[in-house]
Amino acid sequence: MNGALDEAVKAPARVARHRTAYVNARLLDPASGLDGAGALVIEDGRIAEVGPQVLAEGAPQGLAVVDCAGQCLAPGLIDMRVQLREPGEEHKETIVSAGQAAAVGGITSVAALPNTEPVVDDVAGVEFVARRAREAKLVKVYTYAAATRHLEGKEITEIGLLAEFGAVGFTDGLRTIADAQVMRRALSYARAFGQVIVQHAEEPALATGVMNEGEIATRLGLAGIPAAAEVIMVERDLRLAEWTGGRYHAAHLSTAAAVEAIRRAKARGLDVTCDTAPHYFTLNEHAVGDYRSFAKVSPPLRAESDRAAIAAAVADGTIDAVASDHSPHDQESKRLPFSHAEPGIAGLETLLALTLALHHNGAMPLLDALHRMTARPAEILGIEGGRLAKGAPGDLVLFDLDRPWRIDPDRFRSKSKNSPFEDHPVQGQVLRTVVDGRAIFKAGD
Amino acid sequence: MTGSEFAAATLGFDHRHLLGTEGLSADEITFLLDLAEGYVEQSRRSNKKSSLLRGLTVINLFFESSTRTRTSFELAGKRLGADVINMSIAWSSIKKGETLIDTAMTLNAMHPDVLVVRHPDSGAVKLLSEKVNCAVINAGDGSHEHPTQALLDALTIRRRIGRLEGLRIAICGDILHSRVARSNIHLLGTMGARVRVVAPPTLLPAEIERMGVEVFFDMTEALQDCDIVMMLRLQTERMHGSFVPSTREYFRFYGLDSEKLKAAKPDAVIMHPGPMNRGIEIDSELADDIDRSLIRQQVEMGVAVRMACLDTLTQDLRGHNLAGSADGASLDGASADGASSGARP
Repeated sequence: MNGALDEAVKAPARVARHRTAYVNARLLDPASGLDGAGALVIEDGRIAEVGPQVLAEGAPQGLAVVDCAGQCLAPGLIDMRVQLREPGEEHKETIVSAGQAAAVGGITSVAALPNTEPVVDDVAGVEFVARRAREAKLVKVYTYAAATRHLEGKEITEIGLLAEFGAVGFTDGLRTIADAQVMRRALSYARAFGQVIVQHAEEPALATGVMNEGEIATRLGLAGIPAAAEVIMVERDLRLAEWTGGRYHAAHLSTAAAVEAIRRAKARGLDVTCDTAPHYFTLNEHAVGDYRSFAKVSPPLRAESDRAAIAAAVADGTIDAVASDHSPHDQESKRLPFSHAEPGIAGLETLLALTLALHHNGAMPLLDALHRMTARPAEILGIEGGRLAKGAPGDLVLFDLDRPWRIDPDRFRSKSKNSPFEDHPVQGQVLRTVVDGRAIFKAGD
Repeated sequence: MTGSEFAAATLGFDHRHLLGTEGLSADEITFLLDLAEGYVEQSRRSNKKSSLLRGLTVINLFFESSTRTRTSFELAGKRLGADVINMSIAWSSIKKGETLIDTAMTLNAMHPDVLVVRHPDSGAVKLLSEKVNCAVINAGDGSHEHPTQALLDALTIRRRIGRLEGLRIAICGDILHSRVARSNIHLLGTMGARVRVVAPPTLLPAEIERMGVEVFFDMTEALQDCDIVMMLRLQTERMHGSFVPSTREYFRFYGLDSEKLKAAKPDAVIMHPGPMNRGIEIDSELADDIDRSLIRQQVEMGVAVRMACLDTLTQDLRGHNLAGSADGASLDGASADGASSGARP
């Protein structure tokens, strides 16, 4: 890293075709551990120079300069779990509206679940998403492909071909790959292509309820989903991953027991990873309160002890990544009796601020918090970005670490406003989001 | 609760809706029960009808089939002189197009004064209550609450034994799915009774003990020294292998018969919200034993309690009418207060 920096500094300022300098920044690069004052230069969409010494003598003439005024400049966030609803449910969200929401949230890359209508389980589906994202010219949109045809959990998809066309991983989205034989084959087969299988880990026979099993569900007369439903599936999958040698990723973990299982598996040297979403370390089952369907998520919000364990696991790195789990739903899908309301939270615009709370409350260093949303998900998905390094894509987020604000879903750019965080106080506001050197969001615009 | 009768009569009942017994104070419960006593008398006269609710409209909105509860509310409304309309809606057809909210808005436009609502989903009645301008009585929502059942049970017990405080009461059977059990646990606990629940573990919800009850798996142990044995109905679809292995086995271990009843106090009485499954949760002869069974009294008290609820929830409305004031703003103001204090904390 330092070598690259020195080289960058020594390189003469060429007459660039398209150069922008971000000066007077607090540079934050979780991958290298860099946290310090400095500048960064993007040339033709890629980072050309970055570091404390860059442009120390001042920016040469002819260079577009963005004065960061001492604010935080970090790699653009990589959100590894997002539902775009396009194709099929464009009244809830589109690739364009999700792209705008992501931009506001400081996110420069998203990985979309394949549970659209039609399901992304063939090459045409992957190409459709890629084409629409190119047209939208907003954030980078990667897509998972279905692990099984039509998400039915029976026959594996063309994993090799789909990966060749750009799928970044394989998952049945909101559905668990429940059949052990199918899961075994998906993990084994994907291994040949170095692909990861992403699991929504819940034993379906136990996960027939609508909220966390416990006192609150009992009081409300709602069917509960026991915490055990998650760890039972995670432990089965870990056995399968160990046996097959496949790459396994457990999505949006919600329970202490499941992260403990992952922790032990990692200690044994297994190639497994996992993520969670901000609501699992911010809220507990009490958020459901009096049948608040905005707090209905899958897996459900858990007990306070689980919430605390998830926060601790994000801090200690057992949980590799934090993703928004963006699940946009219109009012009609939420204003129903709790049992019938769709699960999910529109999360793109609140991912950064809610996760920064773990830094602000002292649970983890700032660089670690950013690592879970940048370099680490990039590694898991095998995609570019997530770092401030010479040659890396010019994907950046400039944010004010401390500025306090209250979440107001009515102001979301997302088509859907389903968030239980209305009026939730947070700290940390995105000032500018840059993709390939191009600002796709500026605060105040 | 002690010496609260006078206070109760003056404090009254300050809620816009009756959505549950959770969160009701002992004074409020006592107020409703005291009021219901008068309606027991009215209902026993040959001329049962008064004109208290004349001009007011009560809609019985049932998204789940029910004969007893609907009839009981219908009689209660009619005996108070209200116009009562029954609407039965198959929830399945609702789900296809019109939503619950749409239904609420449509009915709201008809200016009912009280909506009595039963719905198969927990929380649905509360959701509906947030969208209408009138008082809402929960006539049973999913497995959540059935407050008028708990009130009529309390009135039945109070008339028989004279008090609720300090009584030992066992609630037996399908606690997991029972809104009657939940409403009774809240109400009886608030009134100072000691509540036990007894069921096979598959029919007990998680952490039920945190609702302030003692949990038993054995019927004889649970009934030890009890004053009251409340039986619950077991739905047929839950009898054959899903929650319990068979009706035969269920009756053997959890059905109430005279042998198991011996564990209770010698003068213990039996209650059941109906309709009964004779020979499954309760021995037929025992159910008909007029010395031990309060089941018929429960039905009678049901009408009186529902009259008291209709009376209470329309008091503001009638007050405004009498004062000749149809001032919507002040009415809304009062409603908003009621909604925010809520029937639940």
